[in-house]
Amino acid sequence: MQNTKTAHSNNWSEENVTRIVVASGKGGTGKTLVAANMAWAVSEQQTITLVDCDVEEPNVHLFFPSEGTQVPVCQTIPQIDAEKCTNCGACGEFCQYGALLITPEKVIVNPSLCHACGGCRLVCPEDAITEVPREIGTVTTSKPSDSLTLITGRLKEGEVAAPPVISATKDAASTNGDVIIDGPPGTSCPVIETMEDTDVCIMVTEPTPFGLHDLKLAVGVAKQFKIPSLVVINRSDGSDTDILSFCNEEEIPIVLKIPFSREWAKIQGTGHLIAAQDPTWRDAFLNLFTQAKERAEVKLC
Amino acid sequence: MKIGISTKGNTADALIEERFGRSPFFLIIDSETSEVKAVTNPHSNDTGGVGPKAAQLLLNEGVNVVLTGQVGGNAFNALKASGLEVYACNSGTTATQAVAEYKNGALKQLV
Amino acid sequence: MLKIAILSGKGGTGKTMLSAALADILPVKRIIADADVDAANLSILLEAKDTTSKPYFGLPCAVIDPDLCTGCGICAEACRFNAIIPNGDVYTVRPIKCEGCNVCVYVCPAEAASLVMKENGTLYLSQTPSGVLSHAELFAGSGTSGLLVTEVKKQAEANSEDSEVLIIDGPPGIGCPLIATVSGVDLVIIVAEPSLSSLHDIERLVTVCRQFNPVMTGVINKYDLSPETTEQIEKWYRQEDISIIGKIPFDSEVLTSVRNCLPVTRQQSPASDAIRAIAGKVKDYLDEHE
Repeated sequence: MQNTKTAHSNNWSEENVTRIVVASGKGGTGKTLVAANMAWAVSEQQTITLVDCDVEEPNVHLFFPSEGTQVPVCQTIPQIDAEKCTNCGACGEFCQYGALLITPEKVIVNPSLCHACGGCRLVCPEDAITEVPREIGTVTTSKPSDSLTLITGRLKEGEVAAPPVISATKDAASTNGDVIIDGPPGTSCPVIETMEDTDVCIMVTEPTPFGLHDLKLAVGVAKQFKIPSLVVINRSDGSDTDILSFCNEEEIPIVLKIPFSREWAKIQGTGHLIAAQDPTWRDAFLNLFTQAKERAEVKLC
Repeated sequence: MKIGISTKGNTADALIEERFGRSPFFLIIDSETSEVKAVTNPHSNDTGGVGPKAAQLLLNEGVNVVLTGQVGGNAFNALKASGLEVYACNSGTTATQAVAEYKNGALKQLV
Repeated sequence: MLKIAILSGKGGTGKTMLSAALADILPVKRIIADADVDAANLSILLEAKDTTSKPYFGLPCAVIDPDLCTGCGICAEACRFNAIIPNGDVYTVRPIKCEGCNVCVYVCPAEAASLVMKENGTLYLSQTPSGVLSHAELFAGSGTSGLLVTEVKKQAEANSEDSEVLIIDGPPGIGCPLIATVSGVDLVIIVAEPSLSSLHDIERLVTVCRQFNPVMTGVINKYDLSPETTEQIEKWYRQEDISIIGKIPFDSEVLTSVRNCLPVTRQQSPASDAIRAIAGKVKDYLDEHE
């Protein structure tokens, strides 16, 4: 079943479920560590869906190797019927992105510049343009355990349009229960697409000037969506002064501090979960989930 | 044959503009009649797609050969797809000098 | 001027740390660019000052005049980006989703919609002890980061004077901003860390980079955190014909320097020594390609 994204919107209308997104701003702070460990801990108690929306560099599946079913994600590009085309140039004039080049012989489409807005088809006076699907990525669904469903979005290498793949990945997530989303780094389009229609954001940061700088940006994005946040400090140094001040000012609770440990870095680096190795951490991640669910009830204005 | 040149000004002694997509002007020179036409580039300050849009502008003018400084990835793809030949000029040369260098085979072909 | 991009695929492996260090010690005239416009951190390490700025306008944004809008909803139907929503009796555009395609303007029967320029970020030019730094910040929640990366690179080139090399601190990922970064670059330095995630991500990164045909080299940062995984990555680099130009040990001095907002090369340390060796290899490359 092909999943052609012509609209960036999600099917998430189910009430009474909590959709938690794990974000950070800065890359490499430990989003996947938190999302994967939390999902594993929760799956010991209830069904949970874990969604990897870092479609440019998805890593969650490395912690849950399992067979999955894959469906393509397609975006449309215009196809010009040469018989009907009169070379009037209206489509090229309209296109804001320079994706259509009108030569004396024909119209040439540059797929990587096309935003699939459908405008060229609308303006063509000869009805010579149809939209045809083009694969830009995949969504894989697998079940590492009876209670854990993993949905992995993957952007095809060389493609630029992460948001439609992210949207398709979220669509594939079951709406029957709670969802944990591993988000992409940054603060632009991919993060926007991931955060939309979620209920609470776990911000994973690190106590460095980089971590704090980027945390502020990420919190800004969450606020634009009126999504409440909570913070996890990874590689905590014990005092984390700057992060604490910022979170105090913004009234964002810090729910978990994970100290740096070479041993854990190695465990994580070889695709294993600290929660699965140590019951104290399993409980800590369960607690994080509970706190996130409570925080989701907060309405931001 | 028509030669399109990215220039900083709208006369034949204007200096070459290195940036293809953001060039403020294009001079269209007919190599047979030596007629010179100056075209203002309406897209030079657009945020995106300036390369392909500049290529389209030259296509619309019936240009066969393009003399410019450097072209970005999107411009390169558009120019290649359109069948235009593109050559790199040295900065600091005028449009007239660039045409002479092209005719002498002294310019490096980019596309 | 030769262009070097420092990339990683996965975030957090040490691109910015290495970019700042190389900028600090490479013995040639250099100009520096921070292409991670979503989360621009390089200026924090380079003692940037005397910063000038100019606004960056990304894609224009649609806006609907509520006085002209009849509430017919045709625009919302036509919008592919879910950017138009009902707002009382009229419709309104959500700038955070709008991609400036102009379809709503075209279809509106009341001519109530128009496209306006929208400021999406700021371009900065700073002075640092290592040379001029071109950087930018995208306003959080904006799009067009790829376009802004291109502006950052163009600004660097426009201010390069007689610089021999442009050092670009790259963004994570393999999408728009990464593609804009690696386009036209001569030398790529990949920074991996010894984890399966990093290995998985550099495989995808290299597939994308190859389209642009740069010279590819690799580094492993914090290599001693996991010797087995380091060996896996080294093996992969060799398989891919990516020359390994250095291995940096895990070093608490790196964190101390970051906290002090300085390049790690300002202090003697094992990491610092390893980076000096890397800089030596980069200098050799520059000499061969003058």
